[in-house]
Amino acid sequence: MVRYRQVDEIQKLMNYPEMIRNTSIIAHVDHGKTTLSDSLLAAAGIISEQRAGQQLVLDSWELEQKRQMTVFASNISLAHTFKEKEYLINLIDTPGHIDFSGAVTRSLRAVDGALVVVDAVEGPMTQTETVLMQALRERVKPILFINKVDRLIKEIKLTPDEIQRKFAKIILRINNLIEKYAPAEHKKDWQVAVEDGRVAFGSALHKWGLNLPHMKAKGITFKDIIDAYTGESDDVGRKVDALSKKAPLYEPILDMFCEHLPNPLVAQPYREPQIWPGDVESPVGQSMAKVDPNGPLLMCISTIEVDPHSGLVAIGRIFSGTVEKGKVVQLINSHQKGTIQQVYMSMAADRVIIDKIPAGNIAALSGLPSIHVGETVAEEDAETQSFEGLKYVSDPVVTVAVEPQDVKDLPLFDKVMHKLTTEDPNLHFVINKESGEYLLSGMGELHLEVTAYRMQEAGLKVNISKPIVIYRETISHDYKGPAIMGKSPNKHNKLWVTMEKLPEEIMEAIRSGKISEMQTRDERQKTLKQFGWPTDDARNVIAIEGVNILVNRIKGRQYVEEIMDHIKSGFREAVYTSVLAKEPAFGLKVNLEDVSVHEDPVHRGPAQILPMTWRPIWCAFLLSDPKLLEPIISFECKVPNDFVSNVIAIVQKRRGKILDMVNEEDMVIVKAEMPVAESFGLAEELRSSTQGRAFWATQFSRWAPVPESMQVDVIKQIRERRGLSATSPRAEEFYEAA
Amino acid sequence: MSGEIVFVGLGLHDETGLSLRGLEEAKTADTIFVELYTSFMPDFSIRRLEEICSKKLCMVSRRELEDENGKIILRAAEKGKAVLFVPGDPLIATTHIALRIHAEKTGIKTRIVHGASILSAVMGLSGLHSYKFGKSVTIPFPDQTFSETPYEVIAQNQMLKLHTLCLLDIIAEEKRYLGIRKSLEFLLAIEKKKKRRIITKDTLVVGIARAGSNEPKVKADSVNRLLEYDFGEPPYTLIFPSKLHFMEAEALIVFADAPERLRDEAE
Repeated sequence: MVRYRQVDEIQKLMNYPEMIRNTSIIAHVDHGKTTLSDSLLAAAGIISEQRAGQQLVLDSWELEQKRQMTVFASNISLAHTFKEKEYLINLIDTPGHIDFSGAVTRSLRAVDGALVVVDAVEGPMTQTETVLMQALRERVKPILFINKVDRLIKEIKLTPDEIQRKFAKIILRINNLIEKYAPAEHKKDWQVAVEDGRVAFGSALHKWGLNLPHMKAKGITFKDIIDAYTGESDDVGRKVDALSKKAPLYEPILDMFCEHLPNPLVAQPYREPQIWPGDVESPVGQSMAKVDPNGPLLMCISTIEVDPHSGLVAIGRIFSGTVEKGKVVQLINSHQKGTIQQVYMSMAADRVIIDKIPAGNIAALSGLPSIHVGETVAEEDAETQSFEGLKYVSDPVVTVAVEPQDVKDLPLFDKVMHKLTTEDPNLHFVINKESGEYLLSGMGELHLEVTAYRMQEAGLKVNISKPIVIYRETISHDYKGPAIMGKSPNKHNKLWVTMEKLPEEIMEAIRSGKISEMQTRDERQKTLKQFGWPTDDARNVIAIEGVNILVNRIKGRQYVEEIMDHIKSGFREAVYTSVLAKEPAFGLKVNLEDVSVHEDPVHRGPAQILPMTWRPIWCAFLLSDPKLLEPIISFECKVPNDFVSNVIAIVQKRRGKILDMVNEEDMVIVKAEMPVAESFGLAEELRSSTQGRAFWATQFSRWAPVPESMQVDVIKQIRERRGLSATSPRAEEFYEAA
Repeated sequence: MSGEIVFVGLGLHDETGLSLRGLEEAKTADTIFVELYTSFMPDFSIRRLEEICSKKLCMVSRRELEDENGKIILRAAEKGKAVLFVPGDPLIATTHIALRIHAEKTGIKTRIVHGASILSAVMGLSGLHSYKFGKSVTIPFPDQTFSETPYEVIAQNQMLKLHTLCLLDIIAEEKRYLGIRKSLEFLLAIEKKKKRRIITKDTLVVGIARAGSNEPKVKADSVNRLLEYDFGEPPYTLIFPSKLHFMEAEALIVFADAPERLRDEAE
């Protein structure tokens, strides 16, 4: 039974971890996740039942409602009574569109269980697989909801048998994925089945839902459901309404959360070794396994929001200890300390200030200095480790120039940009010092469109340029040859460098945060040695910029420390704007081999040391068979047979490649990939050439070399856009004779 | 025919520091360049120098001399005689040595006409013995190039009982000159960090302003006192004296208004 819950009831439940369920809903875009969340909110009395299904409360932005699509994670707490016991359900909403999947991984760290939502008509899609895989890797236990059953009845007119066969097919595919990606010990017991009530179905839009136990208890059959959708439309309206009264959606779902998803006391012991690299026998490790509210604090930040009143608010899961107002904590990754100003619990878009929140719960904190997503908040003096590679920042692939329409709006513009980029770590904002342009980079055309819309929401009118593809520059092999020497312009300082190509696994480790500048030297050394680096190199990594590493091999030279900051800046500039077309370098390991420094400090200032650093880096780069890389997206499209040839034509026209085609009843799933450069306007073209019948999604796939025949032209285009000469410099231009 | 480059020192303060010999070279030159970014000459006027030489002067920038390797001068010297006017003694600041080496290597002859330098001027003005100076060092603008080298150099010299000449950074292009007060504060800040008692409030220091002019200012006293002392217009130089010879102590008292107690502390 459900009734309106007071904040203090929820607060009381927070102290009983066995009654807590930290959950998330994961789905392919548009499979109905947010509509479902709203039904659950209605159950908690946070919004009225009538409004659920029409108003998407978790989406705080108007645009998301228009697009019927959640863009940013939000979270709520609600109480539920199951078998006469009170449960606290923390629900973390995750974004559904593939462009923003960075946020999905982060949300999943905070939860122990997930409801997988699958559209009954479309079945599991690419993103269903991607997010389910991410969840299983985080040791998050899945249950299943098959949504949009009304469409099977109204649009496809399936019989009860056919509906059940359709369900069986979906369940089989989900179970195959669980078999494939679940941790070994859970490959079997995490399988979902209708019989044990771990699968529910229904219509989130029409607010009804059932699983086997509820069907039996309420005496509802498939035939009853089909009947509800048969007849005149007024009649159907009344019958479906009655169905939603008799079998409200939230009942089976919230019951399933309570019955089938683990509480923190159960989940934390087996999740701990997977998500936290620390010693399980240490005080923090033991407290985490016990979900001890009196143990040392350990909390993992999964979202940052900018609140107009309290500034930065960090939201995350408390695995050990208790957060309290006024408590001094350490931020492990950034080696800082801070004081918690306020502690909040979330209720949909609202935050409620409370005194403290114990382990096993989700909390929001304000007052912590320059906190970032993926940060670990710990007890002030505890010796502990940060959570494993949560920082998942994807490579931005598309840039637009933005400017406020009215210069008077510049202060507001700054403020909005700060807010947006803090809340969304996959959004990058820079001011081009040369052109004065404001450049906003993101993970795709749609990501930037949404961002632009959010600016307008904030009352900012902006002009936005056409999207520009971001390329990468790399080398084909290690630099072969003696160390290359660079001289400072005054010729009084020299630096020798060599260059190697970073292996793929190191680049991935940088991207996932396993190797970073934030780590202590010892941690980084340990990780790099595991990748087979010799001790000296592993120990002497002095800068990481993008996916490029600077290693200092210089020994016993005077004044090196005094110029090292300038050398690092020079390295950052050299790889941030590399030499082919001033696009970022990708996967370089630059080794400083030797240096010779002038006695007097004014002869080795930044104006001398920066050029001395970037010139030999560029020289070695140009001598190692440089290549321009372009972003490639994978593309999956489910389309009726009649339109397949149109989709194939679109892919081929866009320099794409068909990877696979699978028949599924009268639909075909086309799997393909294509360069981002050719993907602009894809949505519009697909819609018009398939009469809107294509279900599709794209996702960043990889960086691939621009075809040899096009490289010169693409470089020319980029360089001319930047006001540079049409061709890249030659290595000789950076080569210095002894 | 391959030409030559003559490096001509302009001396200190204004164009009247140019030697007669330097003037002769200028009068017979095909092209005259002048560089003014390595030092600051308060009363120098290009127009007056052009009148003295009866020739147009071509000003060269740091960019032309460093980033472009002095190409403009080398090209002029390929076919004729190029004169490069440089403040002070032309090759004291190591900046132009690269150009001279490059010229000689490519078959262009070079000669030097020396000028008065701050290095010798400070010895005359303070009365400190040239034999007792150690390494010299430039104190950079801390916001441009943070360096602890000046502190280290003073410490090394002290250990060997040698004086330290500190040149103070200038950014000629922006008319920025590092002041004596700022320099002392900077050194005190490093002292605070290193705590080696090399530079304290009581350390003896000599400040010199406008060396080479008719009214140079020379003042010796404790760091504390010099922090408050008004030296007037730039350019400035500092000396951290080590143990003083009795003649040096006498000179500082007479020329630099140093406290009388120095007499008792000298060797």
